[in-house]
Amino acid sequence: MAEFFKKIKSKSRFIVQLVFTALSNGYVQGFVDGKIFTGKTKAVCVPGLNCYSCPGALGSCPIGSLQATLGNRNYKFAFYVLGFLMIVGAFFGRLVCGWLCPFGLVQDLLYKIPFFKKLKKLPSDKFLKWLKFVILALFVIILPLFAVDAFGQGKPWFCEYICPSGTLGAGVPLTILNEGLRSIIGWLYAWKMAILVLIIFLSILVYRPFCRYLCPLGAIYGLFNPVSLYRYKIDEKKCVSCGACQKACKLDIKTFATPNSMECIRCGDCIKACPHNAIKKTTDKKEKAD
Amino acid sequence: MSEKKRNIIAFSIIVMGILFVVYGIYRGEIDVVLRKAVNICLECIGIG
Repeated sequence: MAEFFKKIKSKSRFIVQLVFTALSNGYVQGFVDGKIFTGKTKAVCVPGLNCYSCPGALGSCPIGSLQATLGNRNYKFAFYVLGFLMIVGAFFGRLVCGWLCPFGLVQDLLYKIPFFKKLKKLPSDKFLKWLKFVILALFVIILPLFAVDAFGQGKPWFCEYICPSGTLGAGVPLTILNEGLRSIIGWLYAWKMAILVLIIFLSILVYRPFCRYLCPLGAIYGLFNPVSLYRYKIDEKKCVSCGACQKACKLDIKTFATPNSMECIRCGDCIKACPHNAIKKTTDKKEKAD
Repeated sequence: MSEKKRNIIAFSIIVMGILFVVYGIYRGEIDVVLRKAVNICLECIGIG
């Protein structure tokens, strides 16, 4: 029995990811009918990148909602969605990416597929990791705000031209299930499928390429990592800078130096790997003074 | 930065976030989100 609970604890992140993905996409009827859920819970954002046009989605995508509000001619600032992101970010930072994001789970599973050579990071990682901020600024904020039609309405540029989570979670199932939609797909669908296929391939080769280099939601949550209530602390008395944490980290973060890096998705691998028990979470009970 | 300062910043952001959410709901932004989410997003699925 003890062995069983130990195994469950070692898989706790995967279990949480699975359960949260199932809960936030729990409208099973949508996958049967080829339609989307239209209930009132869709007024509430889920914390991860989960397309609201996924047939199972019960909530809204925060990035899609942000673009929808910014692009609306009556608003041009998104207090509701921004407030939601601030609350979630200030509580958890990128813990959302590591534990709650369905597209993060997809990438985690893809990375388990064996490949003759896995990379710790892509070439030009130092520059590529800033690309997600460029995508956030340009495709999520500036273009929806300023590239408007004759009625002053903007469109969701990130969703339309980039988001592979939308393609996988919404585009693929809806076009399979819905003949009407299937009959009108064109070059844009092909473009988005190409991006999805590329991300799938890269996810086998390197850990979480979309989260590291492209995800605007990860970019936002990463800004909160240094100050979020849930964060990591290094016990300076125990840490010897041996680098075991960096070696265990699939994102190659020097946890001993930057325990709350904007890139960290808080998977906890570094904590498990530390031979000196020097990495703590703010949620850990304080050790009794000797 | 001390742990206490980080916590103060976090709590300040949370309070501001709550105020933003309340104001956003008051001015009707939640209806924009709901309206977008209950209709199939043709842009999201690659039809445009």
